[in-house]
Amino acid sequence: MSTDSDSERTTIKVGEDSNENGIAKRWFRLVFRSIKAHPIPHIIGISAGNLFSLVVVGFTIVLGRVTDQVIIPGLDQGGVEGRTILGGFIAIVIVGLIRGFSVMLRRFFNFTAVEKTKQTWRLGIIDNLLDAPRAHYWSRSTGELLARVDTDVETATSVLMPLAFSVSVISLILVSLISLLIIHPLFFLVALLLFPILAVLQRLFVRAVEDPARRAQALIGEVSEIAHESLDGVMVVKTIGRQKQELDRLSESSQKLREERLKIGWQRAVFSPLLYHLPNLGILVLLMVGALLVDSGAATVGETVQSMALFMILTLPVQILGFMFQEMPRSVVAMDRIDEIFSIETVQYPKEGKVEKPVDIIFDKVGFSYPAENEDHVKQIVLENFSEKITEGESVALVGSTGSGKSTLVMLMSGLIEPTSGNITLGNANVSELGPDFVSDHIATVFQETFLFALSLRENLTLDKDIPDSDIYSALKVASAYDFVSKLPQGIETIIGERGVTLSGGQRQRIAIARALLRKPSALVLDDSTSAVDPKVEAEILQNIKTETNCSLLVIAHRLATIRLAQRVIFIDDGRVSASGSHDELLKIDDYANLVSAYEDVTL
Amino acid sequence: MTFLDGHDAVGKEFEAETQDLEGIEEVGALKILKRGLNASPELKAGVSLTALMALAVAGGKLLVPLTIKEVLDRGITTSGVNVSSVLFFSLIAMFLSIASMALGRATYYRLAKTAENVLMGLRVRTFEHLHKLSIADHVEARKGAYTARVTSDVETLTQFAQWGAIAWIINSIQILAVLVIMVVYSWHLSIVTLLVHAPLFPVLRWMQRRQLRAHDRVRSRVSDTLSVVSESIQGVDVVRSYGYRKKTRSKLHHAIGDQYKEQMVAQKYFSFVLPITDIIGVAAIASVVGAGVYWGPDWGVTSGELIAFVFLSNLLVMPISELGEVLTQTQTALAGWWKVLEVLDKEVEVKEPDQGMTLPDSPLDIKVEGVDFSYRTGGVVLDNVDIYIPAGISVAVVGETGSGKTTFAKLLTRLADPTSGRILINGEDLRKIDSNHRHRGIRMVPQDGFLFDTSVVENVRFGRNDAKRSEAEEAIDDLGLWSWVDQLPEGLETRVGERGEALSVGERQLVALARAQVADPGLLILDEATSAIDPETEQMLEATLERLAQGRTTVSIAHRISTAERSDLILVFDEGKIVEKGEHSHLVNSKGVYSKLYESWIGNTREV
Ligand SMILES: Nc1ncnc2c1ncn2[C@@H]1O[C@H](COP(=O)(O)OP(=O)(O)O)[C@@H](O)[C@H]1O
Ligand SMILES: Nc1ncnc2c1ncn2[C@@H]1O[C@H](COP(=O)(O)OP(=O)(O)O)[C@@H](O)[C@H]1O
Ligand SMILES: [Mg+2]
Ligand SMILES: [Mg+2]
Repeated sequence: MSTDSDSERTTIKVGEDSNENGIAKRWFRLVFRSIKAHPIPHIIGISAGNLFSLVVVGFTIVLGRVTDQVIIPGLDQGGVEGRTILGGFIAIVIVGLIRGFSVMLRRFFNFTAVEKTKQTWRLGIIDNLLDAPRAHYWSRSTGELLARVDTDVETATSVLMPLAFSVSVISLILVSLISLLIIHPLFFLVALLLFPILAVLQRLFVRAVEDPARRAQALIGEVSEIAHESLDGVMVVKTIGRQKQELDRLSESSQKLREERLKIGWQRAVFSPLLYHLPNLGILVLLMVGALLVDSGAATVGETVQSMALFMILTLPVQILGFMFQEMPRSVVAMDRIDEIFSIETVQYPKEGKVEKPVDIIFDKVGFSYPAENEDHVKQIVLENFSEKITEGESVALVGSTGSGKSTLVMLMSGLIEPTSGNITLGNANVSELGPDFVSDHIATVFQETFLFALSLRENLTLDKDIPDSDIYSALKVASAYDFVSKLPQGIETIIGERGVTLSGGQRQRIAIARALLRKPSALVLDDSTSAVDPKVEAEILQNIKTETNCSLLVIAHRLATIRLAQRVIFIDDGRVSASGSHDELLKIDDYANLVSAYEDVTL
Repeated sequence: MTFLDGHDAVGKEFEAETQDLEGIEEVGALKILKRGLNASPELKAGVSLTALMALAVAGGKLLVPLTIKEVLDRGITTSGVNVSSVLFFSLIAMFLSIASMALGRATYYRLAKTAENVLMGLRVRTFEHLHKLSIADHVEARKGAYTARVTSDVETLTQFAQWGAIAWIINSIQILAVLVIMVVYSWHLSIVTLLVHAPLFPVLRWMQRRQLRAHDRVRSRVSDTLSVVSESIQGVDVVRSYGYRKKTRSKLHHAIGDQYKEQMVAQKYFSFVLPITDIIGVAAIASVVGAGVYWGPDWGVTSGELIAFVFLSNLLVMPISELGEVLTQTQTALAGWWKVLEVLDKEVEVKEPDQGMTLPDSPLDIKVEGVDFSYRTGGVVLDNVDIYIPAGISVAVVGETGSGKTTFAKLLTRLADPTSGRILINGEDLRKIDSNHRHRGIRMVPQDGFLFDTSVVENVRFGRNDAKRSEAEEAIDDLGLWSWVDQLPEGLETRVGERGEALSVGERQLVALARAQVADPGLLILDEATSAIDPETEQMLEATLERLAQGRTTVSIAHRISTAERSDLILVFDEGKIVEKGEHSHLVNSKGVYSKLYESWIGNTREV
């Protein structure tokens, strides 16, 4: 996976299997998906693993030979020539070198395969999130998503690490089993017995561990969610003195996580030593069988010793397989969580969009309600039958009480969310079909909540568009931000956030306005974007916008002077257009007058 | 494992602030271990018994092959087989095997328990520490990185604890035990074995340093990735409606790609350097055979002994190469541990007093004496602020954006301490006041009404730690918010979403106000806390707040002229200084900053 081919989407198909399927089956699919995505490193890794297995077998053969031809004659039969000793020495060293080499190959390619798989899946998660419907963001917390990108991917792939080794030990198993069969069928049977036992153990273990593993993985998500939320709101946590409660909240989840993990730990504690000693017990059985066979003359001493050595070889695969079995349930449940993200149905926006002149914005019987949390929750209708037309070049103020749906309307207009009924058109093109990308060529929205990235001011302003400095400065001037920006230590190169300067609320809002202006939109939407700016400056900004640009303007504001700047006011009440007209006309409506002139009543 | 010698920088996200901390390159694995052990008292609990048990388990692992060997040597020889002795020894070995299994089970579980306790303790303490850090340490995009400390970085230790740690203990003991047995068999051959292994030590030492540093960089990349992901999710609206999705995708792809590349750098040691242990292990066997046969007669080594020794050497290869397998995991864990320890080592600037002073329930008076303040970055934000605010009055703070009003409010609530000067509340230094009393008595409502992802009523209750539901309802009643609550889909039970995103921005501010009302503080600070609320509602709230203000001192950072007009005292901030103070009627005629501000306000908010 090349990261240079930047923004290409990674599409990952979700396995059709559900949680109904057994762990082993799902594990198999997981492995298969990884191999399919990155076959070459996997294949080389597995081949190298097989080489290693051969070396292990080869080593016993070489050692046996060296014993017979060097050690025994050397020490018991009056010595051997130096050349023979050297020969034995070199033979062993060569085996060692091949062993080392095979380990290098296996590790490198296996590691590459695993890391590439992690990368692919991470990219897949990211890409799906980037193209997920906006509504999806309401259903999962950021902290939870962080856990998917990070811990879940790590856990899902942890089963791939021993993969090459495990596959390769199969050849070890085959070699030793066949050799055993050739030596004596009884020895072969003893060895064969090992595998059903192993399979039973694996099943028992996996069954016992699956549920705690699933819960543990979910709890990691929860811990991440709590941590992220709590650190996100650290200011409020501090001001309301909730540190202790937040700590309790995290402790509680950590405690639960600990308990689930201990359940797994308990099973592991049973399983691990069992696995280690299982081959040992097998050898002992073999030894006893061998002794009896030798005694009855059915086998020779040599055969017994040789089959013991072969059996010893089986110790390694059993342990490796065991390790993989232990990782299986955790990995599989983590993979399920990743698949949840993969299976989000992403939105495909068109590659082309045609917006005709004049760029009028027309709301045609628009209705909207936010999705209910779940079925037994009430859906709240936010907008209903909302019809309006904003002609190109017009300046309109949208007025309505708190929670009346103004910001929702802004989101709908920018194509972020789709109306539940009705249509919004932009220059005769349906906004829902255009999608935010094409809408953004025409409408620039300053959202109510200012969001700046932890980047330089320049990047925050241009957002990856090629914009000459002079334009940036004039936009800053229009947004009345030029003065304070030029006082910053590095001007527009100043980095905001993490490593840089923190701006006050009003300063951030002005940057956001400049950012919108730089898009040179045909319509500018200001959603309460001057709430933290002094009234004087607010008036200045709006005046500048009116004189310096000729775009349509939709402004949501509370200050009277701002409202008065607009040619027309749309009064939204109860999710509908309650009235529309000039400010003075609307003042005749009591609800409107009460809403906008509240200050005057008090102070006059 | 030894100290690092490197010159590479630590992860870039700490660049700016870590001068006071040592980079990982100056710290070795041992030091991390030492510091880590200090940070985790859980590790010490019952450690000697566990160690003893681990010893026994490792012994058990050896005992079985050794017994098998004995049986082979004694029971089955070229001259025939001694069935009863074979059966006898085999049964003993089986018994040992099973005993060792049982012991292994107990030991593994003990180890797992210790590990889980340690991890939980570490996670919780780190989280606690993060919350203790001054607000200045919590800036924007650090969120992803800080979250990574309590999740991702701690998880690296989990991985390690589940396999690596146990492998280390058992295998080291096994190696030692085999070495001891080797010496008993033949000290000559033991020396040969050790000599062959000797080059391993400098190599491992050299590699360990580099590997640790590489893994440290991996951890930094991980927190970078998480920071970018967090940012891209929270900024989704801007990303989408500014055509920034493509670039965001490539930023994320790069972050993930960098993480991959850094992983690949870190793994090269694992892949290409560590297999040397396998080669040397086998070379040692070759040398034992060679030297044993060549000098055996001189050293009095018999063929049986030599074969036994080769067998022992083989027992050495396994644990050493297994340690090789876990080394990467170990280094990852050490690097993660280090990241966590770095947080724990961050000094807490706002230190809570041991025996704090109390605050009365009555209105509080405030004396600010020569207060200066500057953030970590940037210049002086507050400059010699001196002011006395008598108890029970209402104060309006006005000034241009960026003049330091919010910062002033932060200092009054002790989100940070003044760089110099002091703040007295009822005559007591704010720094000496007990934190619980401070939280209860002094309350700031910040501009962005951050809410927790739970119901409306719970969020209101959070205003005071022991607040009952009825008190939350009362606060809503006090502020006259029922008509709003009633139109919510689920009323008080409506879930507000992450940060409160399921409510409109103004609605969040309503909840934040109710939350403050529940606390009923002696000093209430409102930082443009009603900026997104419509005028009608706001007007209603202001009147209510005024009525409620009877029993408290109120400091409002004003965004409406009416707030200033009505207050008893107005403080005018300009570039971090209080340039004017007094009543509205007095200031408005003094032809100063305020009168100018007033002119423009009037011009902008009222019809003239
Ligand atoms: N993500 C969401 N999920 C559910 N309800 C929401 C969400 N966002 C807003 N709402 C509700 O929709 C209504 C309109 O909100 P909004 O458009 O933000 O109002 P405003 O006019 O103040 O901008 C409010 O009652 C709010 O509670
Ligand atoms: N966390 C911070 N780190 C660095 N500088 C900051 C931080 N917060 C605010 N500042 C700077 O301090 C100055 C005063 O900010 P603030 O008190 O928020 O102003 P106001 O509330 O009057 O608008 C601004 O120039 C701002 O850039
Ligand atoms: Mg809004
Ligand atoms: Mg402020």
